[in-house]
Parts: sequence; C-alpha cells; structure tokens
Amino acid sequence: MTTVLESLNAALHAALQADPRVHLLGEDILDPYGGAFKVTRGLSTRFPDRVLSTPISESAIVGMATGMALRGLRPVAELMFGDFVTLAADQLINHAAKFRWMYNDQVRVPLVLRAPMGGRRGYGPTHSQSLEKHFLGVPGLTVLAPNNLTSPGALLQNAIADEDPVLFVEHKLLYLLPVLEGTEDSLRDWQLTLSTPDPYPVVTLRFAGADTASLTLVTYGYNAELAREAALRLAYEHEIFAEIVVFSQLAPFHLAPLYQSLRRTRRLLTVEEGTFSLGWGAEVAARAAQEIPGCKIARVAAQDLPIANSKTLEDGILPSVDSILQAALRP
Amino acid sequence: MDDTYDLYKTMLTIRRFEERALQEFATGKLFGTTHAYIGQEADAAGIFSLLGAEDVVWSNHRCHGHFLAYGGDPYRLAAELMGRQTGLVGGRGGSQHIHWKNFYTNGIQGGFTPIAAGVALAEKVKKTGNVCLAFIGDGTLGEGALYESLNLASLWQLPVLYVLEDNRFAQTTPTPSAVAGSMTARFAAFGISTWELESSDVMQVQATARAALQHVRNTHPAALILHTYRFAAHSKGDDTRDKETIAVLRERFDPLQIHASRLSASQTQQAEAEVGTLIQDAFTRALADPFPTLAP
Ligand SMILES: Cc1ncc(C[n+]2csc(CCOP(=O)(O)OP(=O)(O)O)c2C)c(N)n1
Ligand SMILES: [Mg+2]
Repeated sequence: MTTVLESLNAALHAALQADPRVHLLGEDILDPYGGAFKVTRGLSTRFPDRVLSTPISESAIVGMATGMALRGLRPVAELMFGDFVTLAADQLINHAAKFRWMYNDQVRVPLVLRAPMGGRRGYGPTHSQSLEKHFLGVPGLTVLAPNNLTSPGALLQNAIADEDPVLFVEHKLLYLLPVLEGTEDSLRDWQLTLSTPDPYPVVTLRFAGADTASLTLVTYGYNAELAREAALRLAYEHEIFAEIVVFSQLAPFHLAPLYQSLRRTRRLLTVEEGTFSLGWGAEVAARAAQEIPGCKIARVAAQDLPIANSKTLEDGILPSVDSILQAALRP
Repeated sequence: MDDTYDLYKTMLTIRRFEERALQEFATGKLFGTTHAYIGQEADAAGIFSLLGAEDVVWSNHRCHGHFLAYGGDPYRLAAELMGRQTGLVGGRGGSQHIHWKNFYTNGIQGGFTPIAAGVALAEKVKKTGNVCLAFIGDGTLGEGALYESLNLASLWQLPVLYVLEDNRFAQTTPTPSAVAGSMTARFAAFGISTWELESSDVMQVQATARAALQHVRNTHPAALILHTYRFAAHSKGDDTRDKETIAVLRERFDPLQIHASRLSASQTQQAEAEVGTLIQDAFTRALADPFPTLAP
C-alpha cells in the first residue's frame, strides 16, 4: 500500500533524480523536518544543492520560481499552507501566468506551486481553506488537484513536465490515505473508467452491475472520498445509483467525461470544499446547463463563511456526506 | 503587591498556562495547533506592564503570552483553544485568531504589520495618544508587507512600536539561514529608532521597552528587538533542535529563574499557589463549557 504522501514524495525524488533542472523551494522543507506535511522528506539529504529552504516569503518564493522557470529550470515551490497563496497571487496572476501569452508565445514558465489546502484538522480560519477557486479561470494558469483514485505522484510528475505554470492543490486529508488501485476492496462496488483528455486523468466511477444511474456526482481531490461514501449510502439505503466523475484538472475546464455521464443520468450534483458562491461547481454547473439542456443541477460546497477552529462549527461549515445525501435526495 | 512580584506572577501564569495547553493537546482536548511562549515570558511581562488600557496590540501565532500579559482571562483563552462557545471569539478563531478589548491576533505572518500602522494612524488622527504594538518573530522579517509598513510608519511618523522577538528560530529554520544582513539596520534604513536587548531578564526588558515606548508616545515609530529563547517546540511537538542544547539554554536563560532570585521563597510559593489555582480553574471551567453551534 502506498499513501498519497508517499506517492508525492516518491515523485519528487524521481523528478529530482531524472532532471537536473528540477529545483525545490519552500519554507522548512529541509531534513530532518522535511516540510510541514513531510512531502519533501529525504529530498534535501539526497539533493542538497537543489532543495532550497527559503525565508517566510511566499511572494518571493513564487516570483523566484517564475524567474527560474523563465530561464530554463523546472522549479517546484511549496507553500507551507495553501492559504498563503494569497500572498503570492500577484506573482501568479500578473506575472507567471501572463508571460507566455503576453510575450507572444516566445517564452514558457514551467513552474509548479504545491499548495496543501483544506480543513477538518481544526487549524482555524487561516490554515484550513480551499482557495483554489480564486485561481480558476486565470488565463495561462493550470490548476490541478490529486485524488487517491489515480496516482498523485504521476500527476505531479506530469505537472513538472508541463510547459506552463501549474497550481497543484493537495488536500491535507489525502496525505495519509492509501492510493487505491482498481483491485482494492473499497472499490469492489465500482467500475472505474479513466479518461485522459489532457495529461491529467478524469476518473469515472460507475456501480458495477447496477441499474442505470440517475445522478452524477462531480468533484475533485479529497472530496471524492465523501462523494464515494455518499454514493454507497444512496445505493444501499435509497436505491439511488450515482456515477462519480473525479477531475484532477480543475482549470482550464475540459468537462467532456462529465457530459458523457450526464447524458446517461441527466442530473448533476457538484461537490467541493471551497465556499459556495462563484466556486468550481458554479462554472461546472453553468457549462453543464449549456451542454446538456434540461439537466437538473445542484451544488454542495462550504458555506460562504471563514472556516472556524471549533470542530462543531467547522463541521457545519464544510460539506459532509450528510449534506451530499441531503442534496441528492432533494426532489 | 509590588511590581517585582507582579512581573513574576505574569510570567508564571504564562508558563503554567502553556504547559497545561500542551498537556491538553496530548489528551486531545485541545484540537488543531498551539504555539507555546515558554522561554519568552520576560518579553510580554516587561512590555505589557507599561501599556495603558487603550493602547492597541497586534500579535501573531505565538500570542498566548501576550494575551495573558495584556490582562486577558486564562479561562476565556482556554475555552477558545478547546473550541468552546465561551471562548474569546466563540470558538471561531482558536489559538492564533483571537480578539479581546484592544488586543488582536492573526495567523498570517507579517500580514498585520501594515494594519498596525493603520491603527496607529487612526489613533494619531483621533488624537487619543494611544500607541499600537505589533509583535513579530525573526522569521517574519521575510515578509514583504512588513517593509511597506515600516516605510509608511516612518514617512507619516506613526505611533507604532514593532516588537521583534528574535527567538533564533522560525519553526525549524535558524535565524542566520533566513535573515541576511542586520536586523537593526533594517529599521534604521527607514529612519526608525531601534532599541535592542539580549536578555531574558524581565527588569531589563521593562527598562528597554520603557525607553522605546517613550519615543512612540512622542508620536514616532520605533522598533524593539528582543533576542530571546524558545524552550518548547515550535507548535505541538515538532522540535528538530538538539535537546541537550535547549536544556543548557534553559538552565541559563529561564526568565522565571532569573527573576525568582529577586523574590523571597514565600513569594514564589505564593505565586505558584495563586497561579496554580487560576490555571486549574480556567481549564476546569472551560472543559465543562458547551461547544458552539452554527446559526442556521
Ligand atoms: C504567511 C505565512 N507563512 C507561513 C506561515 C507558517 N508559519 C507559522 S509560524 C512560522 C514561523 C514563524 O517564525 P517567527 O516569525 O520567527 O516566529 P516564532 O514562531 O519563532 O515565534 C511559520 C513559517 C504563516 N503562518 N504565515
Ligand atoms: Mg522565531
């Protein structure tokens, strides 16, 4: 069994090993600490010259990575918490993401910015958010999110190979989960289809041998776990069969595998941990409405509130298996 | 009670509170994260003994010591750390996001440094005579927002005191690996007068802070650089530093031990007894309090 954390860590080892252009930057990423979430563990020991521990300077970290990428290196920068991406927003939006187009396609900025996002660990309002929605639709920026249904490490390696800047959003609760290979027990109910319109896979889960599904749950990252649990309960407790479409590329939006599912189910429920208004699901819903006329649409997301520290409040603010069930059962 | 005793009691309150918080973290009652102030107590005790009730304070992730020295109730803080409805901000903020009276904290390094300057501008405009303090760590010298705020604070001569607590580490990063050049010269470059002290003696901190604050009360920005030691882990248990080195430092630079020499044995015993009851009571009450519920 490999965890998501191990998979990402192994990918960084492999990338640094394979390509001398790859460099890592981030706060407290050196051994023995190996980063706040340990994704960079062991790397500074093996590649001391290419693993750079930085001061607490998120804007400069991303700006430096941009300069390095512009001039032929392959930087992978880490934000200690994804919440701090706001400090680097200008570097990403007005610099890194713009250069290729603004300079008439003559340059490339192949950087990866890794951002551990997400709540449910009681870290409170500035260390629990899923801020990726603010970076969707930024021209020139690809936003990715690994899940545990396909290899997170492979996704990261593809991101490093990408010619353009990538914001790589890792939900903290994924780290210790096993990467599920199709054969695992927890997937025995499911028939798994992989589509790769980009280098970034989309997973479609369909109940093996069940009646026709009447609902499509679409999600990404850790929330695919919640969607899977909700779908099992819908099936066993309510005899409602759902398909689940899990994206690893959030932006730009390429939703073909979703449309395929919706043509079968004609009912969409988007699930995400970012706040409700103007989120990933809103864009997915708008596109689905246009592509699949008559499709029923609903969204589940976090409440439009900061994320509280106290568990009772945090649980009420973030989406849950129950809130997915409720939305799915609403007529 | 005299000042000597009060300073000791303030430091002891912080020490015992933080020890208990770390203990409750291990029991799972304290959820999320917490950054202990153990080792730095002299900074908070010395500085806050000089503030008026209307002065404004901005503090960071390592804020419990500042809050308690400000006069904050350990019970309300304990309740906040354990996510209770009776916490300082009703369980919404937790350890590093609290507010009470004129005391504010946030968990984004450097983010509030311009806000503190803005507060100082507001107090200046209102002619209140209040000053604003901004507590930052050595690691936070990495953040750009700080330098934008220093420039403005000096340009507009704002009554803001930047307190830089250099505990020689930012999480796992030793200060020399993250801070180039000189700390004092940073402030000097903006024309900000700076007081610097290498000591864990609360009386010395108090004397140095008094001089810096005097300058700020005359409506000039100032910086107070305090070189200190953090004896506990950065947050919960994530200490990669050499245990023996820390133990030796603790022997030599424990602010409580240093100041205890000025008190009689009966005074330190009295402080232990008073603080022991205070902290026990704070956590017992907080633990019995209800968790908040989200308004529909
Ligand atoms: C913008 C931002 N970046 C990173 C962090 C994560 N972080 C929290 S505390 C800390 C170290 C701070 O070091 P320092 O300023 O020296 O304060 P100390 O912890 O030593 O008191 C880091 C990196 C953060 N909270 N905010
Ligand atoms: Mg420090």
